Amino acid sequence: MSVAEKYIGAKLPTKPETVYILRLADNALILGQRLSEMCGHGPEMELDMAMTNMSLDLIGQAKLLFEHILTLEDLAPNADILAMTRPLEQYTNSLFVAQPNVDFAHIMLRQYLFSTMQKLQYEALLNSSDTVLAAIAEKSLKEIAYHIRFAKGWVLRLGDGTEESRERTSDALNCLWRFTGEMFVRDTGISDAVDTGLTVDFTQFYDDWLSEVKAVLSEAGGLTPPAETRMLMGGHQGQHDDNLGHILSDMQFMQLSYPGLNW
Amino acid sequence: MVDSTDLLDLMAEIMDPEIPVINIVELGIVRGIDDSTPPNIIITPTYVGCPATDMISEMIREKLDAAGHGNIGIKNQLSPAWTTDWITKEAHEKLRIYGIDPPGDHTPSCPRCGSTNTKLISEFGSTPCKALHACKDCLEPFDRFKCH
Repeated sequence: MSVAEKYIGAKLPTKPETVYILRLADNALILGQRLSEMCGHGPEMELDMAMTNMSLDLIGQAKLLFEHILTLEDLAPNADILAMTRPLEQYTNSLFVAQPNVDFAHIMLRQYLFSTMQKLQYEALLNSSDTVLAAIAEKSLKEIAYHIRFAKGWVLRLGDGTEESRERTSDALNCLWRFTGEMFVRDTGISDAVDTGLTVDFTQFYDDWLSEVKAVLSEAGGLTPPAETRMLMGGHQGQHDDNLGHILSDMQFMQLSYPGLNW
Repeated sequence: MVDSTDLLDLMAEIMDPEIPVINIVELGIVRGIDDSTPPNIIITPTYVGCPATDMISEMIREKLDAAGHGNIGIKNQLSPAWTTDWITKEAHEKLRIYGIDPPGDHTPSCPRCGSTNTKLISEFGSTPCKALHACKDCLEPFDRFKCH
């Protein structure tokens, strides 16, 4: 067995369950990695800790999900190899989670929109036919509640703050909104998972999510999402924009440079 | 046959790596001993990404091995999810003395001077399980264990 076969790359998932759980794991991993970029760069010590704490929670979720996937399908020798060494087109996260940390307004709005979606997505797993997955969801939901509270507080404060903070939050909304559609798209990844009993179809709650988010945005200095938007998609199928490439070049550097490295 | 009370006593000798005044049984991390042969220690993580989780497993392994229980396993259990309600009353007092406001429905109170005239500085503190507050009377910052 060559070094590459032993330490780099993973097989593609074939079961509907593993396809769907991989999507959840990749979303958590990539957003966790994005937030970790803020370590040491937060506008204040407390916000630095908040962003890295949320990063830690997401990477913790990803770790449990990757480890669980390997008990269902033999995709890689271990969770690190599965998480860290796949080529770009094998990552199945939504485009949304890879969007850059433009400024604090972007980061908080991204977190708010993601965590409110993730709450619905994980609640839909609580009665899963897969009891381990249900347990991971149950555990994660406690942390997600914190993420929502924190990010929502900041969206309100920034939107309803100074002229500049409102401007930046509004910019963030205009940039990020076009990527929200993919998170709720009812593609085969989710419909196949629904058929196996792995999850309830959480995309049916899109309208509830939309009205909740719109209410919060309206309270945040009267912000409204752009009316006419063509939603950009492709992440679930491995068709990513250049953002993920930048993330991977950083995240995978050690694993690809020193295959099989250990502390 | 290993007595499960003895095992729990052994586990109670292991202190939480982040809060070294309370042990992992009081903290609710050790959920019990299962009835398989040889038995497993059932543990549950406080927060999924908490780096102390792996460390605690290693500490339990070392403790078991040192006591001659190399055959006893450790089993991770995620559900029911860990809650701060599992932290014992005695541990609450230990936390307060250590300078951490214990979890609960009470108004946040300064563990040093007891004042309830406090403010929240950050929802996220030095570890995933704590939030940062400050006392407006004695002006000292303090950690509060988050209700979870």
